Amino acid sequence: MLRFLLRRIFIAIPTIILISVFVFSLQQLLPGDPLLVLAGEERDPEVLEALREKYRLNDPIPMQYFAWASNALQGDLGTSLRTNQPVTELILEKLPVTLQLAIMSMIFAMLIGIPAGILSAAKKGTLVDYTANVVALSGLSVPNFWLGIMLILLVSVKWQLLPASGYTPPAEDFWQSIRTMLMPAFVLGTALAATLMRHTRSAMLSVLSTDYIRTARAKGLRERNVIMVHAFRNALTPIVTLTALLFGELVAGAVLTEQIFTIPGFGKLVVDAVFNRDYAVVQGIVLVTAIGFIFMNLIADALYYILNPRLKVA
Amino acid sequence: MAQADLVDSPSPDPGASVPRDNRVWRKFRSHRSAMAGAFLVGFFVIVALAAPLLPIPDPAATDWGAVRKAPSWAHWMGTDEIGRDVMSRMIWGAQASLLAGVVSVGIAIGLGVPLGLVAGYFGGWIDAIVSRCTEAVLAAPFLILAIALAAFLGPSLTNAMIAIGISATPIFIRLTRGQVMNVAAEDYIEAARSIGTPTHRILGRYILPNALPPILVQATLTVATAIIAEASLSFLGLGQQPPAPSWGSMLNTAKNFLNQAPWMAMWPGVSIFLVVLGFNLLGDGLRDALDPRET
Repeated sequence: MLRFLLRRIFIAIPTIILISVFVFSLQQLLPGDPLLVLAGEERDPEVLEALREKYRLNDPIPMQYFAWASNALQGDLGTSLRTNQPVTELILEKLPVTLQLAIMSMIFAMLIGIPAGILSAAKKGTLVDYTANVVALSGLSVPNFWLGIMLILLVSVKWQLLPASGYTPPAEDFWQSIRTMLMPAFVLGTALAATLMRHTRSAMLSVLSTDYIRTARAKGLRERNVIMVHAFRNALTPIVTLTALLFGELVAGAVLTEQIFTIPGFGKLVVDAVFNRDYAVVQGIVLVTAIGFIFMNLIADALYYILNPRLKVA
Repeated sequence: MAQADLVDSPSPDPGASVPRDNRVWRKFRSHRSAMAGAFLVGFFVIVALAAPLLPIPDPAATDWGAVRKAPSWAHWMGTDEIGRDVMSRMIWGAQASLLAGVVSVGIAIGLGVPLGLVAGYFGGWIDAIVSRCTEAVLAAPFLILAIALAAFLGPSLTNAMIAIGISATPIFIRLTRGQVMNVAAEDYIEAARSIGTPTHRILGRYILPNALPPILVQATLTVATAIIAEASLSFLGLGQQPPAPSWGSMLNTAKNFLNQAPWMAMWPGVSIFLVVLGFNLLGDGLRDALDPRET
């Protein structure tokens, strides 16, 4: 197991280096002198020169990259132009909010997607299967920011059941925190539920066509046992690994969801940074999400290894 | 496509693939949801193309006497916060959405397919470099990457399309590379090499056509993703700029008038949903029709 994981980490290193090159290169896309963009409203030549020194803009580009990457490696992703706060601090401050949203969304997605996928596979070709497929495809096609707007209109404006926006930390008031996060988590979880449903269905169908399922049925086991004990347990491996991989999508989806529900998380941070032309923050976020995604990939690999005994033998 | 058709000869008879094409078309036509998808996509394409010919008001024309009017005979989908006709903006907005979907995917295919083709066929260090770069770009979530690129390039529909296209490129590199590796291992490619067929001819004439069907399916599904991505970027203010209409930017404005003018949020969302659903149904149908295992 350890060797397997070490090998995966070793493979991930060049990818992380390339991501850092890519994120650094984003700065080169800025039209004109990047210093003027980094300086914002500031036009004092002395300040500009100090900034030029600070960001090593007089150095050749490869040297600039090495300076930036060595700082990033030490956890220094630069300073926000807007708030003057270190980018790492800003990200760490917002991350728990988005993680809460992501975990609640994932719970919604799993509660809806996995049972729907199992049911759809067990009732293949029936009205239940057809309906589940239509609902899943609709879930994949609906823009989640529009779903959010419609839910605010119905649940908050018309029925006044849940708050339309805002965020309460769970440490401050746990139930209020859950209440404010319910709608955003449902919105974000919908598309994931659809993806999970389709994968669960496909994994279940492939297991249900195997010989041992036929044997289980032939020896007179109840259909519920065949589905849940024999089929689902074996279909679980791809579902669990996919769930780990979907966290990347969750973070991306959170950008719009947090914007609509005014949740002060990671997603809102990136949008605000974009509009404030706070490029260090944008770069930092892309780097952190990409590394986070690689980390989730490693977890998915580890889970796959744990859940699939054949790999241990190999 | 017709791998088996080409096994015996490196220069297959083009007529040999006709029966299979017929079979694919028949399967596609009998796929009810795929036909529903084709209908939805066709409807929006016709509406978008016919926008200049339709007897509708100028989408940018304001009417301060008809601000936030509910749907009526005069304005079938109502008016917005400065009295513009929502239906007219919806129809013109369809152009932006479909254009963004198609152009972004065109960019992704234009960059991704040649890179995947070269990486898959030549292997070695070329493949290693292309694959590592692909993995690096794939590690950043699609929308975050598109937002970052659009932010650095500057807000406009063109830049949004470039950002979405670049973000979607790795999918096509990976897919093409995999397909090419499969096809390149076939005997008829070896036969083509052994009789001295130039590499560009092997790639263009034998490998690419056989690797195309999954790329076509992926392209259809990616148009759906790109339309949502464009709407998302426009919703955030990074795509189509006002006063030009786009479904995403219409939703952005509409969210401020939910209580007073809910129709402003209704139509753009329904349209995005329907056109994306159309492409998803079409993509699923194409996949089933082109899959030789499906009967």
